[in-house]
This record gives sequence, structure tokens and C-alpha cells, in this order.
Amino acid sequence: MAVDRLEFLLRDAFPDATELSVEDRTGGGDHFQVTVGSPQFAGLSLLDQHKLVNGALAEPLRDGTIHELRIKTKGTAA
Amino acid sequence: MTELSERIQSVISDEPVVLFMKGTPEFVMCGNSGRALEALRAQGAPVTAVDILRDPSIRQELQDVSGWPTIPQVFVKGELVGGADITQELAESGELKRLLEEKLGANYTDGAEERVVDVLSSAAA
Repeated sequence: MAVDRLEFLLRDAFPDATELSVEDRTGGGDHFQVTVGSPQFAGLSLLDQHKLVNGALAEPLRDGTIHELRIKTKGTAA
Repeated sequence: MTELSERIQSVISDEPVVLFMKGTPEFVMCGNSGRALEALRAQGAPVTAVDILRDPSIRQELQDVSGWPTIPQVFVKGELVGGADITQELAESGELKRLLEEKLGANYTDGAEERVVDVLSSAAA
């Protein structure tokens, strides 16, 4: 299932995440809200934080699994 | 570089604020595009919109130019600000207004209007 795949990719990219969730917003398996809290974001601009998330999800973004993606990032202390 | 990507590039560098969106400001075709548009409107920003649904090649070429994988995309003075979530977050925190003032000048809302440009025709921008 797409949610599990996205969560797996995010866990892989943010092994030290303090918060990580993937929500299927519409139940259709292609509109997602992802929330990631990680010390990796500390000191980065929002743009760079979102770039890291987009990078982690590059494959499902490219292959059409993700039709719509909403991202919430939170920089947390290590 | 293709002609289309050159036109995309020149819209990005020539226009103060560019919103690549699905649909147009009058006829928004996607919730995220609408959120980015509303965030910009709330700051009274001049918005130059490009409808990426006009042709699939626009989205592809834009992605190559910007390195950002999703739509919408907001640029201020040639620089990528982000997608809908970032634009909305920056609007809510007041940072978007500060960014616009810094890049476009404190009176950026003077005469600000919305327009749509067509990157498919050579007459654009």
C-alpha cells in the first residue's frame, strides 16, 4: 500500500525522526499529508526542509504514486 | 535548452512574482494551487500566473528548470519560494510579506495586479 511505502522511504531518509506520519487524505491512495519532525531540519530554511522530504519521496513522485503531496516539517533538537 | 524552457526561465526571471499553477486565478483547478494563490493574494502581491495544464510539457520543463517536483511553485524575483505548504506557512508567520518587501520594495502592493502569461506562445512575457 502506498502509505506504507511512503512511510518506509521517509523512515529510511530520516532514521532519527521524532515524529513521522503519512496520511492518505482522500482514501484514494494518491493524496498524502506527510509530517516529519527531525533534528536534520534544524537550521534549514523551509525550502531546504521540504527539498529533503521531496528527495526522500522522489521515486513515488516521479512514478505517479503521489498525485498530491502536502508536507509539514518540524525541526527538533537532536 | 528548449524554447519552452527558455520562456519558462524568462518568466521566472522577469516577473516579480510567478505562480505556476493548475488552472488560472479565475479558474483554479487544484486545491494546492488555490492555497498558494490565496496566500499571495492575502499579501497583496502582484501575481503572474502560468497554467501548467495547458500542456504536459510545461510541467516537465518547469521541473527541470526549478528542480521542484510538485505544482504549484512560487517564485519571487527569480527565486523559488516553494510550493503551497511553504507559501502558506510563510504567509501565516508574516515572513512572506517580509520577503516580498525585501525583494520587491516596501510599496510592492501599489498597482499590483494578477495576470496570466502563456509560455507556449513565443509572444509570452
